[in-house]
Amino acid sequence: MRFVDEYRDREKAQALAARIARHCEPGRRRGLMEICGGHTHTIYKHGIEGYLPPEVELVHGPGCPVCVIPMGRVDDAVWMAQQEGVILTSFGDLLRVPGGRGSFLDAKARGCDIRMVYSPLDALRVARENPHRRVVFMAIGFETTAPSTAMTVLRAAAEGIPNFSVFCNHVLVIPAMRAILAAPDLRIDGFIGPGHVSTVIGCEPYRFIAEEHRKPLVVSGFEPLDVLQSIEMLLAQLSEGRAAVENQYTRVVPWEGNPRALRAIDRVMEPRATFEWRGLGWIPDSALRLREEYAHLDAERLFELPQTRVPDPQACQCGEVLRGAIKPWECRVFGTACTPERPIGTCMVSSEGACAAYYNFGRFQRRRLREAAPA
Amino acid sequence: MCLGIPGEIIELDAERPGMATVDVAGARRQVNVLLLEEEGLGPGDWVLIHVGFALARIDEEEAQATLAYLEEMGQAYRDELRALSSTRPG
Ligand code: SF4
Repeated sequence: MRFVDEYRDREKAQALAARIARHCEPGRRRGLMEICGGHTHTIYKHGIEGYLPPEVELVHGPGCPVCVIPMGRVDDAVWMAQQEGVILTSFGDLLRVPGGRGSFLDAKARGCDIRMVYSPLDALRVARENPHRRVVFMAIGFETTAPSTAMTVLRAAAEGIPNFSVFCNHVLVIPAMRAILAAPDLRIDGFIGPGHVSTVIGCEPYRFIAEEHRKPLVVSGFEPLDVLQSIEMLLAQLSEGRAAVENQYTRVVPWEGNPRALRAIDRVMEPRATFEWRGLGWIPDSALRLREEYAHLDAERLFELPQTRVPDPQACQCGEVLRGAIKPWECRVFGTACTPERPIGTCMVSSEGACAAYYNFGRFQRRRLREAAPA
Repeated sequence: MCLGIPGEIIELDAERPGMATVDVAGARRQVNVLLLEEEGLGPGDWVLIHVGFALARIDEEEAQATLAYLEEMGQAYRDELRALSSTRPG
């Protein structure tokens, strides 16, 4: 545990908090968005907001891939699972995500063969072990999981496994950030950049945020001190009138990312013209599909998918949460009709979703802060 | 799924190039290490694993910190670890 303490040290946190306060002008609001759900989790869990002056507002972004899966894609997957002889495989994170006609869990209860796997390679094994069934892997995630899907497709192609296919739902972080930056209600002065996505894409792709939008971005680790330090780096840039891409997480993220992983993605997948994000709508070039060369492994080409379109539920304000326009607790149904046990929106399903993170930790944090404040 | 899990390489698989046995918080599992081929990985090296693939090389200090962070995530991490150790890659 010796190592860990270094990232938890209260004195260090307080020293960072003091530096953060010095970078702030009284009354001048600074909105900082964290893209990644992992950071959202750290912020709530460790009460990072308690270390920040009132000028700094943390805004939660769309970086939870489970949260942005549109209901229609879940319904299409369930439709495949209902076809004769199909085994649908996916990550456990998707099990409870509501579609227009229920979740995978509900479909399983109705008799569909849906299996949770840890890795796309596990799905490939299911295909090999069930030669008379058609095995579909529903792939989701940002650039952290896309290389694994790509490598699995290459493997399936090399081995000529005839009964395996991929239902590709990979999304890309940069187009999502472009969409957020283009929103008219933008209240963001800087970004806490995603840690693990950046191990793949590196730091270079964020440059347009500094150059075109004049906003700083700092790629950050997940420890509370990492997040505090990244906030300090962002506020230092803002107070000095600079806008640059910086890397706080050098111990894990190389500036150039993982070129091999990027090459694997590029070999197997190409950008879609447009893709629907739950809550955010259609975003151009924001997702990947398999290239023509791998059409024989592409579930979207092998099945006549119904291409279900389901509008987000009326009560759900996930879109505003994902864009950072409102805080989770400002949603009308937060904690009442929508809870982790009975989620209405996806932000409540995944532990990395802002609503679930806030539901689990944030409430206590706010109460603590209120109690600590002088009456 | 989004957060990498640190693992320590126990051995490279002689029969299946590109695969390695790693120890993840006490659980052993085969992981694909092809995306870190340039790193010349060997036993004792630590990697960050995403859904069965090693994506970044890390040092032990970082690995311990990340493990502690993941433990705090509670159920989600326990579910992922269970998934990781209860399935075999193809
Ligand atoms: S509380 Fe539920 S419905 Fe409201 S934004 Fe969060 S996940 Fe969506």
